[in-house]
Amino acid sequence: MISDDPSFGGLRFMQLGMVALAIGMLFGVIGGFQFLFPEFLQELLFTKTRPMHVSMVIASIFLIAIGGIYFYLPRQCKLALFSVRAVSWHYWIFLTTGLAIIACYLSGKFGGREYFEFPPILSLPIFLSWIMFGVNYFKTVRQDKKPWPVYYWMWGTGIVFFFITYTESHLWLIPYFRDNMVREIMVQWKSYGALTGSWNMLVYGTALYIATRISGCDKYARSKLAFSLYFLGLFNLMFGWAHHTYFVPSETWIRTFAYFVSMTELYIFGKIIWDWRSSLEDWQKNRYCNAYRFLIAADIWVFVNLGLALIISVPAFNLFTHGTHITVAHAMGSTIGINMMVLLASVFYVIREELPNEVHANCSRQLRFGFWTANISLAVFFSALILAGIGKGVYDGASFQEMMTGIRPFLLAFTLSGVSMMVGFWIILWHGFRLMGKIIAPVRLSAAQAA
Amino acid sequence: MYTFQIYTSGTDVKHIMPISDTARHGQQLYQDNNCVACHQFYGLGGYMGPDLTNVISNRGEPYARAFITAGSARMPNFGLSTAEIDALLTFLAFVDQTGTYPLENYSVSWIGSVAQVDDPQ
Ligand code: HEC
Repeated sequence: MISDDPSFGGLRFMQLGMVALAIGMLFGVIGGFQFLFPEFLQELLFTKTRPMHVSMVIASIFLIAIGGIYFYLPRQCKLALFSVRAVSWHYWIFLTTGLAIIACYLSGKFGGREYFEFPPILSLPIFLSWIMFGVNYFKTVRQDKKPWPVYYWMWGTGIVFFFITYTESHLWLIPYFRDNMVREIMVQWKSYGALTGSWNMLVYGTALYIATRISGCDKYARSKLAFSLYFLGLFNLMFGWAHHTYFVPSETWIRTFAYFVSMTELYIFGKIIWDWRSSLEDWQKNRYCNAYRFLIAADIWVFVNLGLALIISVPAFNLFTHGTHITVAHAMGSTIGINMMVLLASVFYVIREELPNEVHANCSRQLRFGFWTANISLAVFFSALILAGIGKGVYDGASFQEMMTGIRPFLLAFTLSGVSMMVGFWIILWHGFRLMGKIIAPVRLSAAQAA
Repeated sequence: MYTFQIYTSGTDVKHIMPISDTARHGQQLYQDNNCVACHQFYGLGGYMGPDLTNVISNRGEPYARAFITAGSARMPNFGLSTAEIDALLTFLAFVDQTGTYPLENYSVSWIGSVAQVDDPQ
């Protein structure tokens, strides 16, 4: 299925991303119930549901972000894709690798590494398709002879850094790293910290792109401020991983250095507040009401998450929060609250551009309902995790089971809010998927006619 | 280059005991059975079960062996052979001597940074 319409491929990625997210959330909810009731779906081991959830959700972040890039460049930035065929290849490699990974999980073949719990051999096609993506991207944006807007830099940096950090996260295959436990853990968590940093770059680039387009003013993506944000983000991408590693016994200077690096996030925090407030005045909120709503939600979650991130990056607090559900709150709050909201803004921005009347005509109420359900549930979800984390952090007895019983009410609230959050997102995703299909349909038709 | 330095500085000194082949086998088993879905080392990993960094010195080998052999209400029984269980325990013992988690003796400085008091360096 290789279409000649260059924007077709991007939308396919976005659709696949929405499917992955919907299924990934389902596995998250199943895992939540298994956490509470070990008998629940016992045949489907937790060792399977957890990686299904994590991998599908991470895949959906990448898919929707990549899809946006493949769509925006040819459709809106007036840059012909260097290779349209490579987009199709990328899509099919992604899909087949994804299915192979799912097959491994369900049949119990694990690589057993945190986050990438699949056999490392399956990383090869991921590397390969990523190189194709990178070459395609840079060859495409190179056509733009003007100084690049900030989002081109962010996307490009995200692509390059993902490659580097993904390589790093496979260094354990080399005995030099594997044989030294401390070194191994340092490398592993350093790479994971930077890995999330690299997809954040893709997501933030997308956010700035949409913000620029909605405001209709290019100045914003070329301003000094936007670039200082980029460089601070880049700095954090290179050094901000450090707060993952306070506990691994390593040289003290690394730990101290890590601490100061984390503090630079404060600075970024200030910048983001500024951005947020100024962008409020600029946007044509009504025209892009859905995309706008998701972006504002993302911004609010930026505040909440950065507040939490700053607190837990102070080593004295980290001592209590590390390895507790507060870390999970940090991870979930930023992936769902920030990344997902931005990416959904991207989805509904595309829909508004391509089908100007569709949303208002039939589903804006449902979308609003889904939006509020998802966000309110996320707030409960987030608070429940923090409370559970505090419970675990302050517990000083020796019984793991006693501690778990103590925090059980919070875990229950966490799981139930996970269910309602999933329902909210499902409503949104269903309409997003359906409407995107409507955009693709005529594109496919005209491609067939042309042939 | 920069990252390479991070990896190697400090980590060399702590490499107290070289990993044995048995322990490496155990590490492989740990990964093959995806223990990381539920367990943590140095607080990093899944949250359903306890952190295993120091399980050998805190709880003793027989205790750990019992869990790995039989599982529990919440932990699955993986049906491992005695040799495999031995390898896993050797691996856990290897992890145990790389450090302590959670930190037991530490001081908090006025800027909020934490130093390990019994840091062997
Ligand atoms: C489905 C989640 C799960 C998986 C997978 C799992 N465990 Fe466990 N494990 C637990 C839970 C929960 C406990 C706490 C015991 C209890 O209360 O039932 C535990 C306890 C233990 C203990 C005793 C620790 C203590 O301090 O009490 C050891 C040792 C252990 N597991 C080793 C392993 C090894 C090795 C593997 C991989 C082969 C593994 N576990 C896989 C859930 C799991």
